[in-house]
Amino acid sequence: MEGFLNNGLVRWFDSRLPVFSYVNEHLVVYPAPRNLNYAWNFGSLAGLALMIQIATGIVLAMHYTPHVDTAFDSVEHIMRDVNYGWYFRYMHANGASFFFIVVYLHVFRGLYYGSYKAPREVLWWIGLAILLAMMGTAFMGYVLPWGQMSFWAATVITKLFGAIPWVGESVVNWLWGGEGIDNPTLNRFYALHFLLPFAIVGLVVLHLWALHHKKSNNPLGIDYKGPQDFIPFHPYYTIKDAFGAGVFLIVFSIFLFYAPNYMGHPDNYIPADPLKTPPHIVPEWYFLPFYAILRAVPGKLDGVIVMGLSIGILFLLPWLDTSRVRSATFRPVFRWFYWILVLDIVVLGFCGANPPEGAWIDIGRAATAYYFVHFLILLPLIGWFERPLPLPDSIAKPVLSGGPAPAAAIARDKARGERR
Amino acid sequence: MKRFAPAVLALALSLPGAALAAGDAAHPEQRSWSWDGLFGTYDREQLRRGLEIFTLQCVNCHGLKYIRFRNLTEIGLGADEAQAIAGQYEVAGDPDEWGDPTVKPAELHHPFPDPYRNEAEARALNNGGLPPDLSLMAKARADGSNYIAALLSDPGYNEGDPDESGLYRNPYFPGGWTAMAPPLWDDMLGDGATVEQEAEDIAAFLTWAAEPRMEDRKSLGLKVVLFLLALTGLLYVCKRKIWAKVDH
Repeated sequence: MEGFLNNGLVRWFDSRLPVFSYVNEHLVVYPAPRNLNYAWNFGSLAGLALMIQIATGIVLAMHYTPHVDTAFDSVEHIMRDVNYGWYFRYMHANGASFFFIVVYLHVFRGLYYGSYKAPREVLWWIGLAILLAMMGTAFMGYVLPWGQMSFWAATVITKLFGAIPWVGESVVNWLWGGEGIDNPTLNRFYALHFLLPFAIVGLVVLHLWALHHKKSNNPLGIDYKGPQDFIPFHPYYTIKDAFGAGVFLIVFSIFLFYAPNYMGHPDNYIPADPLKTPPHIVPEWYFLPFYAILRAVPGKLDGVIVMGLSIGILFLLPWLDTSRVRSATFRPVFRWFYWILVLDIVVLGFCGANPPEGAWIDIGRAATAYYFVHFLILLPLIGWFERPLPLPDSIAKPVLSGGPAPAAAIARDKARGERR
Repeated sequence: MKRFAPAVLALALSLPGAALAAGDAAHPEQRSWSWDGLFGTYDREQLRRGLEIFTLQCVNCHGLKYIRFRNLTEIGLGADEAQAIAGQYEVAGDPDEWGDPTVKPAELHHPFPDPYRNEAEARALNNGGLPPDLSLMAKARADGSNYIAALLSDPGYNEGDPDESGLYRNPYFPGGWTAMAPPLWDDMLGDGATVEQEAEDIAAFLTWAAEPRMEDRKSLGLKVVLFLLALTGLLYVCKRKIWAKVDH
């Protein structure tokens, strides 16, 4: 890259618009901590998934018709008659699920290693904003094929806004563009589904800006002490991210080519019928925990508020977590509660997938209550009462004195007092 | 960290299965199909038998609007044979010189026409039931291929009589009662096939109708996955080589 930047033509251009030195600064010589593990691959994978969604989505938009009479037919036209249409449509539908898989893993990585703590609060907020924008985009995209689940998911979700006091009904009619879910609704969802991904791109730029301003967190969760803690992004993390992308694409391809409807619902191959409610209306899997929280609370307005708070409180996480130690590696008590929270969210997912009958109601309520207890009560208390393990002096020190073994393991051994 | 990835991946993969585990009807028996597995393809002869049953019986009440007659050449019919089948159906033609509607024989580019003029006629002729279009039936029901075969071949259904309202008991049908009289009988094509075999043939035909690009998908998938495995292997070797230069 140095030689390239010294080329006369490149220097002429770069002095007028510094794209080359910008790429050099942020993708080549950019200092990254030397101890990032594979949990740090999910950020670049989320970027890859976003690009896949935009690329396949534009192809689909060329063949799709946003009209209640022809939307379903046009999707089947794509599946049968458009060259490789099945490939683009299955890639887009499964790509949405895989986008959520890598983003959720990215979020859980941040929760485990305390990536939301100072000085990365704004970075965390932008990430949550991306998650919210993704949810809106995915919801509206799921409506576009105009199948039974499309229609009834749109019905359930838009009617939530009817819970707003006084103006609820007006707001719902405004969202629908009429007295019911009909062609105006489908048209605006299509327009917004096309627009929002580019808003997500904008948020991603801000996310990376905030990241590169404060630099990455790392598995030890400690601050940088000097240049020995860093390695250049290229070639170390470019190759590591490329390898991660390969693994991601293999798993993605197995679903795309061999189980393309596994994560979908059969009812969405039935054209939308406003007069016939499906026996169980379930959202896509990535909304199930939130759906469970919505249904756990009696009273529509309360349910909507609590569901909103389930993401809303995450914005306060940097202050709810009172511990100054970032990484769970050095937090023996927090680590337990982290995994209990993961289990709790899995349980919420199962509650969302099952009809709200019998034991599922109580399990859903208990899991919802625990979710909030974790963030509002346990997390502040753990931070006050937990005795964290001693932190290593620097990122480089356990690495360079420890030989080829993984940094985190050495750090943990050191922390347990097994100093040599 | 070692425990982090598998646990959360299990979370991600366990949810969709749960989402599908709903429904009150009997679970269909799991059959083995020619298109099962990574290399499975449709059995063309079976599809053609299914087509024969479909055009003999199902088509009288059910549409198949996403299959055009030209698509039948994909299951081994010649263009003339597909044209001959198309010619048995009528579609709307151009208005005549007085502006009145006309009909003409269907051609290769036409889809299977709907057997009824509208929903009211369909319900009037079917005891209030609405026979659904079958193009996507194999994908619009959970475990669709097995569901269709089980629904059509159930012995109790095939031997049973309708109740007072004309409905037939079928444990696989949602709700347990269907307006459809048992459509299959032994040896309906004169080839000695049992209802059980005929039900599988029609399930195979409808699976093809719902997913006609499945063979293309699997064959491309094999090439893509093998390529990605090789590429990812190389990337891993490169990663090891590059990272060998730094302590980490």
